[in-house]
Amino acid sequence: MPYSAAVQEFVRVHGLWLIPFFPAMGALINCVFGALIQKKWGKRPVHIIAVGTMVLSSVTALYFFFGLLLPRDPAQRFLLEEVFPMIDIGAVRVMFAFAMDPLSGVMACMVTVVATAIHIYSMGYMADEESYWRYFGYLNLFCFSMLLLVLGDNFILMFFGWEGVGLCSYLLIGFWYKDTAKAKAGMKAFIVNRIGDFGFIVGMFTLFWGLLGMWDAVPGKMSKVDDGRCIPVMTKPMPVSKHAAPAGDKPGPAHHGGLPAPQAGPRARQGASPGVRAERARKTLMAAMADGIISTAHAAGPDQPHSPQRLGGIQLGRCGEKQEGLRFLAQPPVSVGQTQQVYVGPTVSFREIRDQLAIEDSSGKRVVADHLKNGTLWFGIPLLIFVTFGFFLGATGKSAQIPLYTWLPDAMAGPTPVSALIHAATMVTAGVYMVARLNFIFILSPEGMTLVALVGGLTALLAATIGLFQYDIKKVLAYSTVSQLGYMFVGVGVGAYWVGIYHLVAHAFFKACLFLGSGSVIHGMHDLVHHRHGHGPPPDLRLAPDPTDPQDMRNMGGLGKLMPHTARTYLIACFAISGIPLFSGFYSKDEILWKAFSMGNMSWPWAGKLIWALCALGAMCTAFYMFRSYFMTFRGRPATEEHVKHVHESPRSMTWVLWFLAIGAVLMSLVGSTVFVPAAITHKTPWIESFLAPATAALSDAFQKPSLTHNVVLEWALMGLSVVLAVIGIFGAWFWYKDLSRTEARMEWAKRNWRFVHVLVFNKYFVDEIYNATFVRGFHLLARALGWFDLRVVDGLVNASSWALRMLASFFGAVDYKLVDGAVNGVADTVIGAGRRVRRIQSGRINAYVMGVAFGVVVLLFVVWFSGPMGR
Amino acid sequence: MTALVSVGLPHYLVVAALLFMAGLITVATRRNAVAILMGVELILNAASLNFVAFSRFVHGGVAGQVFSLFIILLAAAEACIALAIVLSIFRNFKSVDVFNTTTLRE
Repeated sequence: MPYSAAVQEFVRVHGLWLIPFFPAMGALINCVFGALIQKKWGKRPVHIIAVGTMVLSSVTALYFFFGLLLPRDPAQRFLLEEVFPMIDIGAVRVMFAFAMDPLSGVMACMVTVVATAIHIYSMGYMADEESYWRYFGYLNLFCFSMLLLVLGDNFILMFFGWEGVGLCSYLLIGFWYKDTAKAKAGMKAFIVNRIGDFGFIVGMFTLFWGLLGMWDAVPGKMSKVDDGRCIPVMTKPMPVSKHAAPAGDKPGPAHHGGLPAPQAGPRARQGASPGVRAERARKTLMAAMADGIISTAHAAGPDQPHSPQRLGGIQLGRCGEKQEGLRFLAQPPVSVGQTQQVYVGPTVSFREIRDQLAIEDSSGKRVVADHLKNGTLWFGIPLLIFVTFGFFLGATGKSAQIPLYTWLPDAMAGPTPVSALIHAATMVTAGVYMVARLNFIFILSPEGMTLVALVGGLTALLAATIGLFQYDIKKVLAYSTVSQLGYMFVGVGVGAYWVGIYHLVAHAFFKACLFLGSGSVIHGMHDLVHHRHGHGPPPDLRLAPDPTDPQDMRNMGGLGKLMPHTARTYLIACFAISGIPLFSGFYSKDEILWKAFSMGNMSWPWAGKLIWALCALGAMCTAFYMFRSYFMTFRGRPATEEHVKHVHESPRSMTWVLWFLAIGAVLMSLVGSTVFVPAAITHKTPWIESFLAPATAALSDAFQKPSLTHNVVLEWALMGLSVVLAVIGIFGAWFWYKDLSRTEARMEWAKRNWRFVHVLVFNKYFVDEIYNATFVRGFHLLARALGWFDLRVVDGLVNASSWALRMLASFFGAVDYKLVDGAVNGVADTVIGAGRRVRRIQSGRINAYVMGVAFGVVVLLFVVWFSGPMGR
Repeated sequence: MTALVSVGLPHYLVVAALLFMAGLITVATRRNAVAILMGVELILNAASLNFVAFSRFVHGGVAGQVFSLFIILLAAAEACIALAIVLSIFRNFKSVDVFNTTTLRE
């Protein structure tokens, strides 16, 4: 057996499709019949349907996650459901398949839980909305798309979801489409996202093409063939269990040593002796059968790795693996050392790409991975550059990174719960998820990884500085989201995928909490604003240019006493995002900073340190602008006396959700630390790291080059530094913004002495203006030039060709008239003339006929007489 | 009796031919339908005479005589039907001139 690979083991399950199915049904009902339902029975059934389907979906997701995924052996944590074959053309074989591995499992649970919370919150927030049904229909549609994106097992499904969330984002940003500015913000988001989607498509196609033209299964020799095929491969243990030391007794503190580290306890401890493995596999199967979700036709042990299985006569799977009966069968886990057919060639399935990239020949060379690495395109540019840059362009579009981040602040035009769900917690993290999902591709390209991390670091700082001087509370949070997404990209970009995902999940909680808190404030401010509209602007409003704007923080102040729940939860979330110990943001952000600092796998050696510096500065800005928004909104004196009369705390459906998310933001630190003690101190692997390891560890050894070995002093110093920076930021915000009345003077001072910086940052570095001046105007110019070209050159060509054609046609017309018709008419005339003559013969006079007959007989007689044999 | 040439086959044939020609010319030239029928009778009789002559001088047996009997019978039947047609024509056209009865050609 010349080839071996750490093939992804998987377990077939039944019912994974229900997770996206429920919100899809909700969306269908509300989008089609919502108006009718709302008219007939009011708003209650509308939100019962929307929230009900989300609750069902999250219960299903949690059941699969905790009931089926978690109890399994780490290497087998991959639930697969192939629902039906979707496309089958030539080498393209696409299954409508869902997969839940640790990565997509964490994402699916986060998405469903946060989405359910925000659905509940929306019931209160949107209560006065007329097209209530439309809102919930879109929201459910979004959840469906997002779950499709997360759970889809291949590029096609992921792309469906990818486009679906983009569409829903557009629909919800422009939800109040009667306001032109909001409708335009939706369009901007959509168009900017399309640029990213173009990158995604380029990456997808190039990757597919790059896997093409590969291998033949002649042992020891791989020759080129045009499509994919299955080759026998000996299975090896997953890399998770390769460094098989139980967490406690590693030689030396290896925790920060390298990538997805090495832990996977149970599997490693049990060892890999075949007997034990077989026993465990059998147990897994029995447990699965007992679950009732997995059924099996034969008690297949690992000694029958791929017996033929069939599903209603349709052959599923490609490498000789079939299914039987109507229920899906458990895929018997394959033991290490056994032979399995592995598909090699172009495919869109993540699992199949990952498996073939892991194939090694007898000398330990990764043949397929090397083939992909050596592929070039156009003047010898490495193919992987196209692939990774393309995918990352897609990620920058969806996740609002430089250069495509400008749509996210504008997206705040949508309802606030939408901002919380789509533009903070879920959709914008799709890019991070995608990079983590495609870790096996990104890991092959150091350039791609460096780009991801560098862009992430730059975005983190840039957006954080813009956030410093925003007055619109939602804009602050929007730039904060852009900045935090930058941190996530740093995490996945330096190869520490688990940290990126951990920050993603933690961020989902605290940022959703912040957004919903701001929504609660806006909700509370609305009455005040309505009140003020009647009275005109009061004279004592010093700062806000528009005193009726419910989102301008200069119109707030001192709301903490009026909205205690909102203020407290907002404060908790601020601590979390600023990276204060005990709150989840600290553990994730600190880990990202350390990974960036210590990872030596960038294209150039100091990239990691540079990114660390950017992130550390960004962290200080984060603390500053978050607490600035907190102080401006909740502390100090109210902007006017009317506040006290008109601002009120939000209804319970909203405050409960705020508390739920705030507590989640605190509790999320448990999965990334040992009981609130950071990993740097305990040197124990955080739960989330070991849990996510199997999903991202596929080829990680190709990328494990920590430049720094573990250094306790350095680590402590960096951690202390980041805490100090955060505290400085908080103190600065307190000093400047604790009282609005003194803020004015300080702002004046800043404007005077730091004029250039202030103007630059306050106007968001003029990026929108630059884009307008270059791209938008450029496109307009291009459009005009093309219009001129079209009018003059193209139309001229068209007209000329039409003239030429007309000439040609008249020539052929003449030929037709004269020659062809002449011939035809000539024949016809001849026939008519002949007929006219011949018809005289038929006179109707019997005598003439008899004469004719007689004459004919005489002629015949003569003929016979002179020629025939009669005379002889 | 040498002046008297014994009557042989050629004599019969010549008579029959003359009869046939007379019938043919009658049919071809007369415009009266009844006259044409009479021409047809002449033609039939010429044929009948040929049968009898050939039967007597060439073939032997009674086959020729039987044929001529048939022809007589046929001529009777033909005259019967043809006269009926002529009567019908007369009723329709008030004439038995075959030059008037050319409507079938249209």
